[in-house]
Amino acid sequence: MSGFILIALGGMAGATSRFMVQRVIPKTILPVATLTVNLLGSFLLGWIVGQGIQGDLYLFAATGFMGAFTTFSTLNVDLVKLINNKQYKVLTVYMIITYFGGLASGCAGLIIGRLL
Amino acid sequence: MVYLGVGLGGVVGSLLRYFVSVSTSNFLTNGFPVGTVIVNLAGSLFLGWFTSRIIGKNILNPVLSTSIATGLTGSFTTFSTFSMETIVYIEDGRIGIAIFYVLVSAVGGLFLAAVGYRLGAVPFGEAGK
Repeated sequence: MSGFILIALGGMAGATSRFMVQRVIPKTILPVATLTVNLLGSFLLGWIVGQGIQGDLYLFAATGFMGAFTTFSTLNVDLVKLINNKQYKVLTVYMIITYFGGLASGCAGLIIGRLL
Repeated sequence: MVYLGVGLGGVVGSLLRYFVSVSTSNFLTNGFPVGTVIVNLAGSLFLGWFTSRIIGKNILNPVLSTSIATGLTGSFTTFSTFSMETIVYIEDGRIGIAIFYVLVSAVGGLFLAAVGYRLGAVPFGEAGK
């Protein structure tokens, strides 16, 4: 199957899944929904890479799904809103959990993917 | 309806991200992920602007604005690829590049989202004065 179609299908499923997570998780000052998709997506992409998945399945699951499921633009607009609302403590906590948590969960996924 | 819009936005955003990553792969210097930096910084600037100008002022139909913001822009940018690329650099012992990549993405993304947000908040007719 064409790579473009696989990326498109993965992207459609990833974006819709992220939207569902955002709708299910209640809105709080700390953007838990964005955190959830970004940390879970980093873990799962780590797992995919650790498994050595390549080719068509990689285009669908990694480039398409995980690429669209996680988001960088929403993260930064969340941060701008926290600055606008002078929520500097939440901003600091959110940035630390996102960046360190993303690395930690990606690492964990990679290690588990290589082992299992 | 809004799910369909977000899904279609995800299709367009993911394909655009792929095009950027493929068309910038020739510019890779020392394996630096130029494509991911471009999509993440451009997407943050655009979403900042879109949030204050379009969503904040209720200009578009909410289904359409959610499809563009959450669907298209959310899928155009990516966090998982950013995390994995950083981990690969760290694993390869290229700590300097890893730190540079994280700083450019994190500081640049936040700065550009703030710039976009401010640009969008400028009242109509005032832009460029």
